[in-house]
Amino acid sequence: MERMFKICEKSKIWFSISLIIIIIGMATWLFKGLNLGIDFKGGTVVTIKIGKEFDVVELRKSLEKYDPQIDVREIEGYEVTIRSNKITTDEVNQIFNDVKTKYGLKDDALRSIDTIGPSIGKELRRSAIISTLLATLGILIYTSFRFELWSGLAAIIALVHDLLVTISVYTILQIPVNSSFIAAMLTILGYSINDTIVVFDRIRENRKLGKYHDFETLADASITQTLARSINTVLTTLFTITAIYIFGVPSIKEFALPLIIGILSGAYSSIFIASPLWVIFEKKQGQKV
Amino acid sequence: MKTRGRIYFIVTTLLILFFSYVLVNGLTIGDYQVKPLSKIVKLGLDLKGGVYVEEEIVDKNVSKDTIERTRDLIELRVNSLGVSEPIVAITGSNRIRVEIPGIYDPKAALEQIGKTGRLRFVGPNNDEIITGKDVKDATVGVDQRTNAPVVQLKLNQEGAKKFAEATQKYLGKQIAIYMDEDLVSAPTVQSVIPDGEAIITGSKTVEEAKRLAGIIKSGALPVKLNPATIRAIGPALGAEAIPTSLKAATIGIILVMLFMLLYYRIPGLIADLALMVYMIITALIFTVALKATLTLPGIAGLLLSIGMAVDANVLIFERIKEELKLGKSLRTAIDAGFKRAFTSILDSNVTTLIAGFVLFFIGTGAVKGFALTLIIGVLSSMFTAITVTRFLLKSFVNAGWITSSKFYGA
Repeated sequence: MERMFKICEKSKIWFSISLIIIIIGMATWLFKGLNLGIDFKGGTVVTIKIGKEFDVVELRKSLEKYDPQIDVREIEGYEVTIRSNKITTDEVNQIFNDVKTKYGLKDDALRSIDTIGPSIGKELRRSAIISTLLATLGILIYTSFRFELWSGLAAIIALVHDLLVTISVYTILQIPVNSSFIAAMLTILGYSINDTIVVFDRIRENRKLGKYHDFETLADASITQTLARSINTVLTTLFTITAIYIFGVPSIKEFALPLIIGILSGAYSSIFIASPLWVIFEKKQGQKV
Repeated sequence: MKTRGRIYFIVTTLLILFFSYVLVNGLTIGDYQVKPLSKIVKLGLDLKGGVYVEEEIVDKNVSKDTIERTRDLIELRVNSLGVSEPIVAITGSNRIRVEIPGIYDPKAALEQIGKTGRLRFVGPNNDEIITGKDVKDATVGVDQRTNAPVVQLKLNQEGAKKFAEATQKYLGKQIAIYMDEDLVSAPTVQSVIPDGEAIITGSKTVEEAKRLAGIIKSGALPVKLNPATIRAIGPALGAEAIPTSLKAATIGIILVMLFMLLYYRIPGLIADLALMVYMIITALIFTVALKATLTLPGIAGLLLSIGMAVDANVLIFERIKEELKLGKSLRTAIDAGFKRAFTSILDSNVTTLIAGFVLFFIGTGAVKGFALTLIIGVLSSMFTAITVTRFLLKSFVNAGWITSSKFYGA
């Protein structure tokens, strides 16, 4: 007897796990909103390396004269980010000088200054939505053409699942969302579908062989046969992207984190979401294997 | 067949190792020199530090000619800063992107770029005497009396005539010099100036005088600009980003290679060689063919693509394993493995390419750069994983060093 993992049998459990994460994420989105970074909202962020321990509360107090709502935060590596949507370029220079004198720093303590106008966010949002829709549509057309409509639909749902899970993790943990997040989401869109296609390719092949007589067994067998590949590919991808997350500078981490979440979610959905969904779709249609 | 297989495998392996060595360390043969990759690659602003500004043209319905003229004028101004390799380019329909490496003060950069550059000499009755149009040349000099830096103006014929008349008329009175809305200086006319030479005092440093001269010389911008994005990246950030990314890349790549070797043994070793070919091809396409600029998201994209590049090989090797388990001979199993893995490699990569192309054509800035990494990565990994791995694996099997199918995954 062929060894086989019974995935489809317990599809309710797999769907529930995903649904819980997504529902919590979407509820947080509704009530608390995404933590939009300056790329979307506009404003200025100054990052300065203090290089030693410092009192964030005290620093914030001393900078309140520029903007009572000024946001001052310590980030790892004894660095501070100062965020405001009111300060001018003149004031940015004054703030840096203030911090410089206060902690006896040199000019090279300035890590970065980012000022984004309000028009950028709108454009970014628009191009993100258009690219997501177009890419999804393109993938749907291709998979429906190469496989069949129900495979295409199941693959797209798995894809949307990965995007929603990634957004959910971001809303739940309130991680700031910037343009690099959008780029990462669009990358997930391209990569996570890979795993699903590999499983569907195996289903297509096994179906032609005519060895399995119901959809569940067909799907379970195909998942089991491709499982080693799914795990190994996720591992090798995670090796490099996690290395950059651990050793990289903050701005590259910002890009690596959503990718890690998306890759994990992509592996999960290709096994536990896409194929069980496809089985349900085919059965609803009254198809025969 | 044995000898041929051995020669093919050894020569190819040596070639791969040789090219990898040259790309990392460079090579000098006589007068001919091949620079190492690290010397050829162009670094993005986020890796070398500098100021990035996106200026939005405020005026509506500006013609393409005017936008191009504005870009050229900004280029002149930025060039007068004397930094190496600044970039001034039109992005989108109404924006001009400016990247100035080596300057970390966004305010100074903004002033240099964004001043509309309307220079006016105004008399006591608020009457305009001369404007930027009357200026032939602007240079930096030193005021003999105070040793302070000044901007020396050389007026054209018409300007000289107007200036001579005005200095006569306002002898002993003040003339105000405005740059846009800012009062630059208001000297008192001490003598009639007939030869068309005027100076502007009030600059605190030579750099400031140089900037002012640069703006005056390049002339007024035809449109009003509004900075939509300003980024300044300090020099330390890039200095830190490069070694940490290199470290991450080294560790990540070694882990991937070790994993492949330990899990798949002989095919794993061959996948590692193919991965090296993949890295050589991708690096060459990037630096030599496309002359692309390396940015932080680009590094992340390249590393991600290395992790993904072995995917096609993983698919093939898993298939070979299955075929071997069915009791097929090593050669038949390898052929079948490649053949049967092909459709899934093709379909999964095409879907990634679809997303890549959409991103490339719709995305802007960093997203576009990343999409390019994605597309090149997918195409060259498909090529190396299929052709290079196949050639090396077959040569190795033909060489007959190791014939037990146990070492091939059975």
